[in-house]
Amino acid sequence: MTAPDLQDAPANAKKRHRFDSVQTNRERFMKTNRMIAAAAVALMLGGATTTFAADPVKIGMITTLSTGAGYLGEDVRDGFLLAVAEEGGKLGGTDVEVLVEDDGRKPGNGKQIADKFLEKDKVEIMTGVIFSNITPVVVPLTMKAGVFYISPNSAPSIFAGEGCNEDYFVASWQNDSLHESAGVYANELGYKNAYILAPNYQAGKDSLAGFKRYFKGDIAGETYTKLGPTDYAAEIAKIRAANPDMVFHFLPGGMGINFLKQYSQAGLKDTYPLVVSTASMDERIMGAVKDAAVGVRSTSHWNLAQDNAANKKFVDGFKEAYGRNPTVYASQGYDTAKLIASALKATGGKVLDAKDEFRAALKKADFESVRGEFKFANNNHPINNWIGQVVEKDADGNIVNSIVEVVSPNHKDAYADKCALK
Amino acid sequence: MLLFFEQLLNGIQLGVFLFLIAAGLTLIFGIMGVINLAHGSLFMVGAYAAAAATEWTGSFALGIVIALIVSGLVGILMELVVMRRLYDRDHLDQVLATFGLILFANELMTILFGRTPLFLNVPAILNGAVEILPGVQYPLYRLAIIAMGILVALILYVIITKTRAGMLIRAGSTNRDMVAVLGVDIALMFTLLFGLGAVFAGFAGAMAGPLISVEVGMGEQQLILAFVVIVIGGIGSVRGALVGALLVGVVDTLGRAFLPDLLKLFMDPASADGIGAGLSSMSIYIVMAIVLVFKPSGLFPVAAAGR
Amino acid sequence: MGSIRTSVLALAALVFALLVPQILSYYGEDYLIGSASRIAIYALAAMSLNLILGYGGMISFGHAAYFGVGAYVVGIASFHLFDGSTIFGFGGTDAALLSWTLAVIVSALVALVLGALSLRTSGVYFIMITLAFAQMLYFLFVSLEQYGGDDGVIMYNGRNTLPGLDLSDDTTFYYVCLAFLVAFTVLVALLIRSRFGKVLQACRQNEDRMRALGCKVEHYKLATFVLAGAAAGLAGALNGNHAEYVSPDYLHWTKSGDLMIMVILGGIGTLFGPIVGAAAFLLLEEFLPVLFDTANLTEYKEHWRIVFGPLLILVVLFARGGLLGTLATIGGRNER
Repeated sequence: MTAPDLQDAPANAKKRHRFDSVQTNRERFMKTNRMIAAAAVALMLGGATTTFAADPVKIGMITTLSTGAGYLGEDVRDGFLLAVAEEGGKLGGTDVEVLVEDDGRKPGNGKQIADKFLEKDKVEIMTGVIFSNITPVVVPLTMKAGVFYISPNSAPSIFAGEGCNEDYFVASWQNDSLHESAGVYANELGYKNAYILAPNYQAGKDSLAGFKRYFKGDIAGETYTKLGPTDYAAEIAKIRAANPDMVFHFLPGGMGINFLKQYSQAGLKDTYPLVVSTASMDERIMGAVKDAAVGVRSTSHWNLAQDNAANKKFVDGFKEAYGRNPTVYASQGYDTAKLIASALKATGGKVLDAKDEFRAALKKADFESVRGEFKFANNNHPINNWIGQVVEKDADGNIVNSIVEVVSPNHKDAYADKCALK
Repeated sequence: MLLFFEQLLNGIQLGVFLFLIAAGLTLIFGIMGVINLAHGSLFMVGAYAAAAATEWTGSFALGIVIALIVSGLVGILMELVVMRRLYDRDHLDQVLATFGLILFANELMTILFGRTPLFLNVPAILNGAVEILPGVQYPLYRLAIIAMGILVALILYVIITKTRAGMLIRAGSTNRDMVAVLGVDIALMFTLLFGLGAVFAGFAGAMAGPLISVEVGMGEQQLILAFVVIVIGGIGSVRGALVGALLVGVVDTLGRAFLPDLLKLFMDPASADGIGAGLSSMSIYIVMAIVLVFKPSGLFPVAAAGR
Repeated sequence: MGSIRTSVLALAALVFALLVPQILSYYGEDYLIGSASRIAIYALAAMSLNLILGYGGMISFGHAAYFGVGAYVVGIASFHLFDGSTIFGFGGTDAALLSWTLAVIVSALVALVLGALSLRTSGVYFIMITLAFAQMLYFLFVSLEQYGGDDGVIMYNGRNTLPGLDLSDDTTFYYVCLAFLVAFTVLVALLIRSRFGKVLQACRQNEDRMRALGCKVEHYKLATFVLAGAAAGLAGALNGNHAEYVSPDYLHWTKSGDLMIMVILGGIGTLFGPIVGAAAFLLLEEFLPVLFDTANLTEYKEHWRIVFGPLLILVVLFARGGLLGTLATIGGRNER
């Protein structure tokens, strides 16, 4: 840590904060894995004494930890903190302090936390938002404050085209691409007509639009479901009556679990196969429905079994620290942290003191992503290679999501051309 | 036409499912006169207990039995610690306290089980579908739910109207002091009654487990619907709860099934889908409002329990 | 009520409220002014609910509907101004005087219609029918695609404009919210002492007797319901401005529940109870997690509700009459 970092930081109680945060991150791991607790304590003590040297870079994470969707935020956070822990409380050699707050999936709470992070805590980087209805509240505030925002998940279209911003980066995907890739995969599989359904909200409508943008077949039927309903009997009957080749849906989290359980019980899973995006088929959904997931196809930019060194390290580290398989959300949280680390390394730990350098370093994306290659399009959204996957039962009886093929390589989102950034 | 009958059956099945949830509420809210917002939490406890026990024992039947015991015990504990102090309070105090219980229960479950939804599947014996109409396969498990709903309705009806305990319950809820004077341990009776309501809630949760995601907060989504059901039916009336549940189930299902297509007859498809979805979400509340405007005490008013 | 002691306390509280921005900035916690505005806004909404709940004896479980309608009026007006489009032939506006007045009128009208229908029922049925109407409005706004559906409306133009005042300044905005709260408190205080208020409270205690006395009970109740709806609409309009964002979340039944809990928590049927309740509720929500940090329990911080829940239960069990009632008892005298 170099001297310039200290010059404009009031040397007051902030140091105490920083000690707390290092402790915080460690404690989280201790909670989930008692086995490494002793080692963590040793690290913590060691880390705490050596990191008093300078003020850490503050990163504000607004995420969703409560409600039924809480596991999405939990995984983004845990993935992110794993990357921080790997470096012993640092990212790219720079001390960081990660402040995590739960937005309860409410935009109003998101705004309040953003105000606090930006005005009180003076964070230099913001991240963490899970849901597309909270992003439009948090991102404009962050941009107004001149702070960087790096999304680990949601990336609605309004910030991808004309509304793009040089300080707004996305480490996951543009929302529509998730579903566009499912459309590509459906073509690849030779399906000629599809029944599509999604909840009656904006992200749901976008998902159907995204699927249709690339799907070349006919639409056998289209249904908007209620938000968070628990019974899908009526929709399932409609699917059967429409007799499609396949079904696409965007029902993330609990909604997807409800649907899958009922769909497979109705005996339709094999008659009308499902092709969905990764949001509707993650590791936790697989765990909650087990056999009912077998045969479901999905597209993702990341897979648990992806064969690269970064991913092996991530998956092993995650399992050891938290005792469960990482989801795609965890991989995104981890990548977000690694992206930040690469930029911090390039600027020697400066963020807002060297905005241009930091921005340029982010854009270079010079890090080993768990998804393999990682590069940004002109609008600061990644150009992903979308993989087709199918859920299978392996030799040991485990339910796994296997890679089939790359279905849409170098997939640039539909809005990039409208963005004025280079 | 075939589709219509299938959807009607789906509606009835949803109605019976809602009745299962509302059955316990009929006892606690309808007869004891206590507003228990945490009824949804008992539903969640039942589902979690069933999922964990089924995983542990490998038997769904055993899972259900354990779920009944656990939710009954949790209910009794809840009554002893909190609820019994609320009987003589007004509804608002009950709302605040039981809201506190919801927060506590949800957070406790998150700490105990984490945020990953638990696995619970249909038992092998009830897996699969039967052809109930030509070309229409209907899941066996949903038929089982209908059977269970009818069974619970009968049990409840018999308990309340035909047994001595039911007589005391009805008398006790009308005039606590009078029954107490007659030498009945009314406190114990209410504890057991609340426990029984909790057992019903837990049973509904356990039965729902294979159909829906077993996750924290799963009860709150059902809670409001359960209240709607018993208010439409007339608070305290078992028959009313059953009719209310069927009405809500059928209206909701048929709304989801046919409203968008109906609207497409006279508007463009895109807005018909959106408005149809919105209208069908509203439908049960519209039904409730209409019922209450014309029958301010529900379809089957019960004289004793009104407020 | 009306004792010198109460007046002195109220005055002290007002002075404190006026000094909040200065106190916060003295401690370098300026960012908390937003939270203070939020407390004032929710106190206004809770006070309007208390009018029907506490004084009128009408347990409405749908008060968020009016809060949300008021907010949406402001949000929609702002949306059309930004968009350049029209609604019913009128363009949008971000003039506070116009859109706030409109918010009050529209929510009062909605309250008039829904109140007239709801008041046909009573008791638990009243609770549920008000809930039903609020849910209908909630789903109505969810399906309004033009206004973002479930995602809501972002006020890209920022807060409304008021001649001579800069509402985008958080301190100014706080004082505006506070002014409305104080004005409404005075209005309620006058109202409950007036003949109207006496009749209303008599209706709550014994409706049949009042009816036998030839009093048109329904009219009194409906008038109160409409007034409460209008004030909640104003609070909603303010909250829309505060967040610069409006969504169906404002009308969700849990929001109605929150408002109800604020009223009960503070002390139902008391003038200042809703203010105390709103402040306690929002402050706990914001600072309970922080307390976990202080107590070195950071790993359980996200589970702060495990303390919040039992706290609410304790208030019900041991603090009869809510926080205000308890404070009064501790002070040696009973408020009411």
